[in-house]
Amino acid sequence: MKKIEAIIQPFKLDEVKEALKAIGIDGMTITEVRGHGRQKGHKEVYRGQEYNVDLLPKVKLELVVPSGRFDEVVKTLTAAARTGKIGDGKIFVYDVAEAIRIRNDDRGESAL
Amino acid sequence: MTSLFRLRALSLLLIPVALSAQTGGDIPSKILGTMMHSFILMAVVTVIWAVAGYSLAFGGSSPFVGDLHFAFLNNVGSAPNPDYASTIPQQTFMVYQLMFAIITPALISGAFAERMKFSAMLLFTVLWSLIVYFPMAHMVWGKGGLLNASLGGKFPCFDFAGGTVVHITSGVSALVCALYLGKRLGFPGPTIKPHNLVISFIGACLLWVGWFGFNAGSALAASSLATSAFVATHFGAAAATLGWIFAEWIENGKPSVLGGISGCVAGLVAITPASGFVKPFPALLIGLCAGVVCYLMVTRVKAKFAYDDALDAFGVHGAGGTLGALLTGVFATSAVNDGFKDAAGKVLPLGVVDGNGGQVLNQLMGCLIAWVLAIVGTLIILKICDMTLGLRVGKEQESEGLDLSMHGEEGYIFES
Repeated sequence: MKKIEAIIQPFKLDEVKEALKAIGIDGMTITEVRGHGRQKGHKEVYRGQEYNVDLLPKVKLELVVPSGRFDEVVKTLTAAARTGKIGDGKIFVYDVAEAIRIRNDDRGESAL
Repeated sequence: MTSLFRLRALSLLLIPVALSAQTGGDIPSKILGTMMHSFILMAVVTVIWAVAGYSLAFGGSSPFVGDLHFAFLNNVGSAPNPDYASTIPQQTFMVYQLMFAIITPALISGAFAERMKFSAMLLFTVLWSLIVYFPMAHMVWGKGGLLNASLGGKFPCFDFAGGTVVHITSGVSALVCALYLGKRLGFPGPTIKPHNLVISFIGACLLWVGWFGFNAGSALAASSLATSAFVATHFGAAAATLGWIFAEWIENGKPSVLGGISGCVAGLVAITPASGFVKPFPALLIGLCAGVVCYLMVTRVKAKFAYDDALDAFGVHGAGGTLGALLTGVFATSAVNDGFKDAAGKVLPLGVVDGNGGQVLNQLMGCLIAWVLAIVGTLIILKICDMTLGLRVGKEQESEGLDLSMHGEEGYIFES
């Protein structure tokens, strides 16, 4: 099992969700986060007073998938989240040791 | 007509509300303390006004300050006071003038926002009304006042609705407060951003409406003079909005909403002394100048001297008020206001456009007195407050925010 942690543009969330649903990925956890990579944020000016906003709003998507479907999911996710511009975000992948369904103690990939 | 007038006084009561909406909107996450400043002044100043304020402003006929003839509102009833407004009950006149006395110290509160003790702020307001506002109001509007234009002043200074009395005194005092108190913690920095521009926007819209009560109402009658004051006010605000926005657009590349509403207020301020004296086109010119000049004040001048005047009371009201008072001397014309006559009943020329070049000097005198009174008076009052109550809250209280540390409550409660 792999855990995919994707930081994406907030306005791309709906497209990504739809694309993942279309290939049968139903479970995910979403968090609103702020951050920046190489994108340097923007400048705001209030009555001549400048403020640099460098932490920008992003959405963090976390999902755990069976190892066999990993390539397909990442391909779908990147295709849906990509605009081609700086600020599109990043994907990090982790190995997952175990998954447990709280309701009935299912373990491993059948718990996903 | 009296009922119309009461309506105007009522619409003025909206101004502190609008002001607090505008100011509260500008202050980051410390909104209640800021709104409380404006709101409590309605109560405090009203009480002082009843006890002695009205009398100190409009009683007697000395050059500098009124007497106690009307103290506790004795002799202020339904009979008109022929010196000021012969067609409305004196009580109507009294309550209308009260609105000016309320808004003026409320304007200053923008300069000490987020860092002044509530107790010190109350004492400051009481003393400031007594030492700065009532004398200045008497000098300009009171019978026999040094600067009164229609009732025997030595330097007749035209101030239709409070350019010197309201805006210069409050704006300059605000600068003194900002310098004396020092900057807010974290200024300038990323945490000091406008709190909610949507509230600011609504506040500015309320101000634009409420201002008609100030300026058109200052004709003290539902007359053609009230109409021309109304028109000039509206035109001044419109031109100043454009002036500010275009200055900002050229310099920053972007026209902002905060810029638009700031320009609007700058125009309303600058046209205030001129409103019952100038034609519509000069009103546009005054507004345009105010928009650009006030923009430069809050961007260039404020940055250069690095004082923390959170709501730009000085840049907008001090500078706009001074500019408006001086330009009134240029554009005032008897074609708009023929109320000034010589002994033979001949209408007198008013400003430079009427051929009365000397009027600019009288206006300058008015500004000068307002500036000096505001600076000296405010410094003395701040010193008194500082020595008795202490002016500034502790660092911890300040970073916690005045909402919690002074008032024990929060503006927004999101947890359910």
